[in-house]
Amino acid sequence: MIGIEHYIVVSAMLFVLGVLGIFLNRKNIIVILMAIELILLSVNIQLVAFSAFLGDLVGQVFAMFVLTVAAAEAAIGLAILVIYFRGRGTIAVDDVDRLKG
Amino acid sequence: MIQTLAFYLFAALVIASAVMVIMARNPVHSVLWLILAFFNAAGLMVLVGAEFIAALLVIVYVGAVAVLFLFVVMMLDIDFAELRAGFVKNFPLGIIIALILAAELIFGIGAYQAGRIELGVASGATSPILDASNTASIGAVLFSDYLFLFEAAGLVLLIAMIGAIVLTHRKRPGGRGQQNITKQVRRNPNEATVMKQPIVGEGVEL
Repeated sequence: MIGIEHYIVVSAMLFVLGVLGIFLNRKNIIVILMAIELILLSVNIQLVAFSAFLGDLVGQVFAMFVLTVAAAEAAIGLAILVIYFRGRGTIAVDDVDRLKG
Repeated sequence: MIQTLAFYLFAALVIASAVMVIMARNPVHSVLWLILAFFNAAGLMVLVGAEFIAALLVIVYVGAVAVLFLFVVMMLDIDFAELRAGFVKNFPLGIIIALILAAELIFGIGAYQAGRIELGVASGATSPILDASNTASIGAVLFSDYLFLFEAAGLVLLIAMIGAIVLTHRKRPGGRGQQNITKQVRRNPNEATVMKQPIVGEGVEL
């Protein structure tokens, strides 16, 4: 029988893969954004699994909010990416040091 | 039995496609693998009875976010080979950090299993309504206790939309809508055309 533990393990693996994706594709900001989506997906799986096994709907409501924020983040992130590409002709994250911070 | 089988199928596919998302050479393939991952995650959510969130995942992620990613990846002319340069160099560090993170998570899950995880007791105020669908139950909670949060989520989306438009909008110099009517009306044949009497066989000199 599938218990909450199974969902936690799947979610943890997805989270680790998302973090690994950020490290492996340090230059490619598009893949970094996709890795962030994977991390948010793992959090959503966790929220929904706990909500279902606990018999409390708040987890699913919050999963919906996480989904909303993820969509907004993707839209803004890609908009910034597009204007950055327009100005520089590349999307390599290494070159984003104009402010010398 | 079929539920167990379905869980392992969805779980294996979601992990495999997540691996392909971060490993794929071509970002277009990454986006397509991401879509597969979202579909399988939706399947996992259906298995625990959260159909609404599963449907939302497919509609919002696959229908909107993934298509947005595809648009950007395909529209921008990016040299992806150059962006992959650090892949092998970053691999050991990434693997080490991922392993540390995984070990911590496994340790946490192990500690959780050592003494059976106490899920706590639901207050009952937000438990699913009997004989009502998942969607109806979520609606009852969302539009009562979490109404203001729901409005705030709508505001977040509005701000994201306005932000994306403001960031990417640009006024083109020239182009359409730059018609000067006075100039067009003032134009007359005397200065717009010129009469020539070319000699046969020598062409026209302008």
